[in-house]
Amino acid sequence: MEKKTLFDKIWDAHVVKSVEKGPDVLFIDKHFIHEVTSPVAFLNLEKRGNSVLFPERTIATPDHNVPTEGQEQTIKDKLSRMQVERLRENCRKYGIELHDLGSEHHGIVHVIGPELGVTQPGMTIVCGDSHTSTHGAFGAIAFGIGTSEVEMVFASQCIMQAKPKKMRITIDGELGEGVTSKDIILYVISKISASGGTGYFLEYAGSAITSLSMEARMTICNMSIEMGARGGLIAPDETTFAYLKGKKYSPSGKAWDDAVAYWKSLKTDEGADFEVEHHFDAADIEPMITYGTNPGMGIKIKENIPTGADLLGSNKKSYQQALDYMGFQAGEPIKGKKVDYVFVGSCTNGRIEDIRAVANFVKGKQKAENITAWIVPGSKEVEKLAHEEGLVDILKAAGFELRQPGCSACLAMNDDKIPAGKYAVSTSNRNFEGRQGPGARTLLASPLTVAAVAITGVITDPRELAVADYAGV
Amino acid sequence: MAYDKFNVLSSTVVPLPTENVDTDQIIPARFLKATEREGFGDNLFRDWRYDSEGQPKKGFVLNDPTYQGKILVAGKNFGSGSSREHAAWAIYDYGFRCVVSSFFADIFKNNALNVGILPVTVSPEFLDEIFEAVEKDPNTNLEVDLKRQTITLLATGKSESFDINPYKKANMQNGFDDIDYLLNLKEEIVDFEKSR
Repeated sequence: MEKKTLFDKIWDAHVVKSVEKGPDVLFIDKHFIHEVTSPVAFLNLEKRGNSVLFPERTIATPDHNVPTEGQEQTIKDKLSRMQVERLRENCRKYGIELHDLGSEHHGIVHVIGPELGVTQPGMTIVCGDSHTSTHGAFGAIAFGIGTSEVEMVFASQCIMQAKPKKMRITIDGELGEGVTSKDIILYVISKISASGGTGYFLEYAGSAITSLSMEARMTICNMSIEMGARGGLIAPDETTFAYLKGKKYSPSGKAWDDAVAYWKSLKTDEGADFEVEHHFDAADIEPMITYGTNPGMGIKIKENIPTGADLLGSNKKSYQQALDYMGFQAGEPIKGKKVDYVFVGSCTNGRIEDIRAVANFVKGKQKAENITAWIVPGSKEVEKLAHEEGLVDILKAAGFELRQPGCSACLAMNDDKIPAGKYAVSTSNRNFEGRQGPGARTLLASPLTVAAVAITGVITDPRELAVADYAGV
Repeated sequence: MAYDKFNVLSSTVVPLPTENVDTDQIIPARFLKATEREGFGDNLFRDWRYDSEGQPKKGFVLNDPTYQGKILVAGKNFGSGSSREHAAWAIYDYGFRCVVSSFFADIFKNNALNVGILPVTVSPEFLDEIFEAVEKDPNTNLEVDLKRQTITLLATGKSESFDINPYKKANMQNGFDDIDYLLNLKEEIVDFEKSR
């Protein structure tokens, strides 16, 4: 029998037709939409006289541009308001389930999909957002698409895609204390580079991956795109099933047993072929931080900023341009650099585990005076849990500002912008020039590192602060 | 028909030798708030092109009248980052029909093909040659022939062939897009869905 990877098994089961010498027509099980990349797709759909073929397979929420304060009121920014209103109109018109601002399940699309149990193993999932790769944590093929493709999914529930190549990233061993899944993925990207995964779909494997919680797995899969890979997935296991059991859209009763039986078959056959394999040792991974303007420019916090000689696949001019933008010198230590803002949130690290980790770390401490600290839950459910567990009180006492759910300062489409020239240590996913506001300087790190930086006011290895307990993320 | 047909394009070029040009540079997120596809070209490379007062920044290539044309030539890993098709719209709306680089990010490449921009991947050596030739003579022309799948530096006659999926090639030549194809498959798709 042909040996298949997990990716092959799911992909092959969704091919409606293969175009000769062309792409596959791939059937899409679930389609997430938000206010920014859907309006033009709806508009073109209408212009061509088409409708949404299977509206029950699409789910919507406004997340990218929404304010994180005063969500109960009308959105003040006119353009943002128009996009959100257009999303509401379109969902009404085509019968698409909408989780609107303020409702029980509102939140960042990649946070609410798993929370609702919409995301399940074996599915194909797309969204007009590159961090759709997050859902790969459940053993699904999930990736971001452009607006033309959003229109295709509306009209036909399919997109045309050439099957990508496959890469497996295996990480074995035990993570050290204070090392989180965010450090794993920043480490991997720093090794493979910001473009090293382009053309591939990733599978993450090994004992350091299978021992992670679902939240931590989502952080890893989320950043697959930061290597250029369309997506990355992890074989479903008991951790996956336990997470999904009892969720709103998870199957129940006999359907649950049948689903689990099928999900258990979703793993890569022994001896199946990957075009590229990488192996890493978990013991070599330590708290990481980025120093440049793409996520591949990451180092261990204890290390110095690389000099030109040891950079990975980048020319000198582009490298210097990145350091100039950041205001850093090659060869100097990153530790001890002064920071102005910290941001905890986004589809990468805006889940309850992340908020727990930060709260546990800062409990009884005070943020440094020079730091503005924003914490933005990924969803209403995360917000609710944070209140119920007393985390909000802890964070507020430490000087953090809690905001309402949304993408927020990750991409600064709303008012949550880092001012020009200021340094932000952020749990989000991109450190591109101006990503968090024009002229803003972003350093990506784990929630634990962000918590440590909030307390000291400078770039800090979280292991150097006395910590009663790590939250185990 | 979704966009202009693409056959042979001969044009001067706009050189942007920066590597890893991400979609946040091509069009920053704060300019994604439109509900219609128009006017994105005005904000192409916004923060490299204009200062905080909205004045053109000297030294950025789009503000330098020496360099004009329908072909953008960029450093490797062009278009990394977000899936925003607005990046491709902005490039098209500004007037480019072709982007040349030694390496493209996947989603950008897909989006470009879907909106009628031809992404052409050349060898790193040829890319350097193009940059050098344009630096010497800004009136240097590149000729991109989609049918023959060749790109030629007219100044030196140096030519390379490039890859494109035959299905996508036919779409570009005819100005068709995937929706036309998918709508013809509707019955098959509905049957497929029922079987799931």
